Amino acid sequence: MGRVMKIARRGFLFGSVALIGGVAFGWYRYATPHGNPLESGLGAGEATLNPYVLIDANGVTVIAPRAEMGQGIHTTLAALVAEEMDLDWSTIRVIHGPASKAYYNAAILGEGVPFAPTDDSRLANTVRGAMDIPAKFLGLQITGGSSSIPDAYEKMRLAGAAARMALVEAAAARLNIPAAQLSTENGAVIAPDGTRIPYPDLAVDAARIDLRSEPALKPRESWRLLGRTLPRTDMLAKVTGTETFAIDLRLPGMRFATVRTNPRLGGAMLSYDAGVAESMPGVERIVPLENGVAVVATNTWIAMQAAATITFDWGAAPYPATSAEMADILRASFTPDHLDSTNRDDGDVDAALPPDAFTAEYTVPHLAHATMEPMSTAALLKDGHLTIWSGHQLPTQILKEAPEMTGLPPEAITVETLPMGGGFGRRAEMDIVRQAIIVAQAIEGTPVLVSWSREEDMTHDFYRPAAIARVRASVADGRITAFDFATACPSVVSSQMGRIGISLPGPDGTIVQGAWEQPYRLPNHRVTGYRAPPMAPLGSWRSVGASQNAFFHETAMDELAHLAGVDPIEFRLSQIDHAPSRTVLETVAELSGWGSTTPGRAKGVAFCLSFGVPTAQVIEVEDTPNGLRMTGAWIAADVGTALDPGNIEAQLQGAMIYGLSAAIRGEITFADGMVEQTNFWDYEPMRLSQCPPIRVQVLQNQTHIRGIGEPGTPPAAPALGNAIFALTGQRLRDLPFVRAVTFA
Amino acid sequence: MPTTFIINGRTETVDLPPDMPLLWALRDGLNLTGTKFGCGVAACGACTVHVNGQAVRSCQTALGDVAGATVTTIEGLGNPAALHAVQAAWLAAQVAQCGYCQSGQIMQAAALLAETPNPTDAQIDEAMSGNLCRCGTYPRIRAAVQDAANRLKEA
Repeated sequence: MGRVMKIARRGFLFGSVALIGGVAFGWYRYATPHGNPLESGLGAGEATLNPYVLIDANGVTVIAPRAEMGQGIHTTLAALVAEEMDLDWSTIRVIHGPASKAYYNAAILGEGVPFAPTDDSRLANTVRGAMDIPAKFLGLQITGGSSSIPDAYEKMRLAGAAARMALVEAAAARLNIPAAQLSTENGAVIAPDGTRIPYPDLAVDAARIDLRSEPALKPRESWRLLGRTLPRTDMLAKVTGTETFAIDLRLPGMRFATVRTNPRLGGAMLSYDAGVAESMPGVERIVPLENGVAVVATNTWIAMQAAATITFDWGAAPYPATSAEMADILRASFTPDHLDSTNRDDGDVDAALPPDAFTAEYTVPHLAHATMEPMSTAALLKDGHLTIWSGHQLPTQILKEAPEMTGLPPEAITVETLPMGGGFGRRAEMDIVRQAIIVAQAIEGTPVLVSWSREEDMTHDFYRPAAIARVRASVADGRITAFDFATACPSVVSSQMGRIGISLPGPDGTIVQGAWEQPYRLPNHRVTGYRAPPMAPLGSWRSVGASQNAFFHETAMDELAHLAGVDPIEFRLSQIDHAPSRTVLETVAELSGWGSTTPGRAKGVAFCLSFGVPTAQVIEVEDTPNGLRMTGAWIAADVGTALDPGNIEAQLQGAMIYGLSAAIRGEITFADGMVEQTNFWDYEPMRLSQCPPIRVQVLQNQTHIRGIGEPGTPPAAPALGNAIFALTGQRLRDLPFVRAVTFA
Repeated sequence: MPTTFIINGRTETVDLPPDMPLLWALRDGLNLTGTKFGCGVAACGACTVHVNGQAVRSCQTALGDVAGATVTTIEGLGNPAALHAVQAAWLAAQVAQCGYCQSGQIMQAAALLAETPNPTDAQIDEAMSGNLCRCGTYPRIRAAVQDAANRLKEA
């Protein structure tokens, strides 16, 4: 593999590697065995600079190794590299690239440390930095936790800068001009006399160069792409119907399959009768799965029609049969033997609470992800090689499980990560992938696309758990004197990680996420998480624990503000000591015209610091003859450094709408061990006519750069509930609100 | 029994069951995958196509019922080299996030504007509310429909 020159720098190595059939140069990597996965796939004349940069005769392709599920991550990750390489944005090419541990996410575990995001102490930062070690060991190439940008911000700019440096040095040698006299522009090195050498012409020469110093990153003042709203790299395909989601993959001879599995989730399949299905024209195979069957046909609709005729004897659900029983278990979980964490315990809450303290109980139901694209994955097992095409948030898990399932060596597995028709946490799961592999094995040699019906999708999710919070508090002189927040919820992380064979040591921070780390400074302040027993299968749902805890916490804050007789924004400002958080509240107040009133309308506010992003939202509601209607919404959020303001605006709007859909009508219920909701008619997201205009202000006062996929969701439900209280005097402590009020 | 219809300007005959929804004849029979499957019960609008110029949910339109009809899908509305005004407006407004629902949104908007060149906000809300978007692109959809109306008038 040629020479590798090592320069230790913050755990990186710089060096160069010459390759047969192509070149790799100037690439850096973490000091791990996770090499550059692009090296093995190079064609003649292609070069890879590092795991993020591939050059062929036509130009540069950036590898954006996080899954595109709508959050615009491919555009922003490509911009990190393109900025440092001085690429022409109009010709940018970006692909997800191969599944590989080389693309492990170093930031994903940072949210789980028991330090508040506002804690910038040396100890907190040391522990956060140390989370890189287990992250590297696990090698999880995972998209989630609003972590892609914090993970990539330095890494991918360095990749671009190292590539540029090698190209410039190659040009310097060719022209016999000092590198310092050369510049770069639009994908080419420029000599003082104007001579222009495109990067592809330099790739082979650059391969022979060892970088002897670390590349310098551009100062922010010199950014041309970062900090600006860029046209998304996937937009043209998405407005012309030419983007290929997994469900759109078509291969010669492809068969189409669907599945039916036990609706009592995790229960066994005792027997089935597929006699009718087998005789239907177009049906080719019935493939038994662990807990159901797949029907393989010549057309997805035929497969779905046939699957509907199969009768099953299903085993029982390994959890309580009804939502009411689950709620009873939650209510019984506020006991010492279920104590999971007491991440905050300031002052002496028990001593400070008076006998007539404010008390309230809040509840949220289970929720489905309900991505627009139902679960789908394609697979082909042929000539000892398995290829899997999936829109997936954790492609390295496919690399791990596929050899175990098939007995094939890891090098015989290819994972193509395709764009997702929505993710929201649902596509970090392996269920559909395992099904596709089993079917591909059964019809070896033939490619198969497995697609779920909407009904299968809705009833076989890994749900946001139902949860309960109990708040006791007291106020005096316009301030909180004691605040005791307790919540009970089963563990999402142990459910989710358990399914991929990773155990969770210690508490599950998501049980109290969005509550314990809030920047309120109260004299007596306790946040207690109780871990309820495992029940239905759970998964990460956009913003995870903050999705329920912000509702609990910020509804309680609103109640206490009214109890104290203080304006809800003033009430928060007077008790929050984190300057960027105060600024988002002040900004949303100004943006929304807080304090001015329109007859027949009222506004509510909520705040949540989640994934390191302080986010404040105001919603205005109006009472109409047809019910409540939202007439305006305003968001202020601080991401530290805004790489693409237009995309951040879109993410905040979308995340708020996702939260509002859940707040208004979102509810998954269980009866007889099965999910009762089956489609969009009984699990109905918000529609366009219900959506208010949403104004967004993006702030950049924080020190650290943050991701934005999730922070817009948590404040939505409490902001709406608080607005409804302001308008009607009706306090809504249970989600969804449609149980108690009517919406237009 | 084969069904013959005009799809995106060309005549096609497909030998699929006449009770098969048009959606699946397009997607799995003709490999026209721009039209999306979302719900199968006409609750989400992802499968919206034009039949004789009218926006219909192709998951609830039997293949046999379009015999002799003119069907237009997102692939026939415009293409990356020659965008329809609605697609150009969507591109300018950077509407799509995951993009899965956007074929249906665009087909719905194009049908609206063909019939109602100057839609009011209420007309836009009414026409577009059958099309779900889980990413929450509604604010940009509203803006893009207005922009598309202007582009069509200038064209």
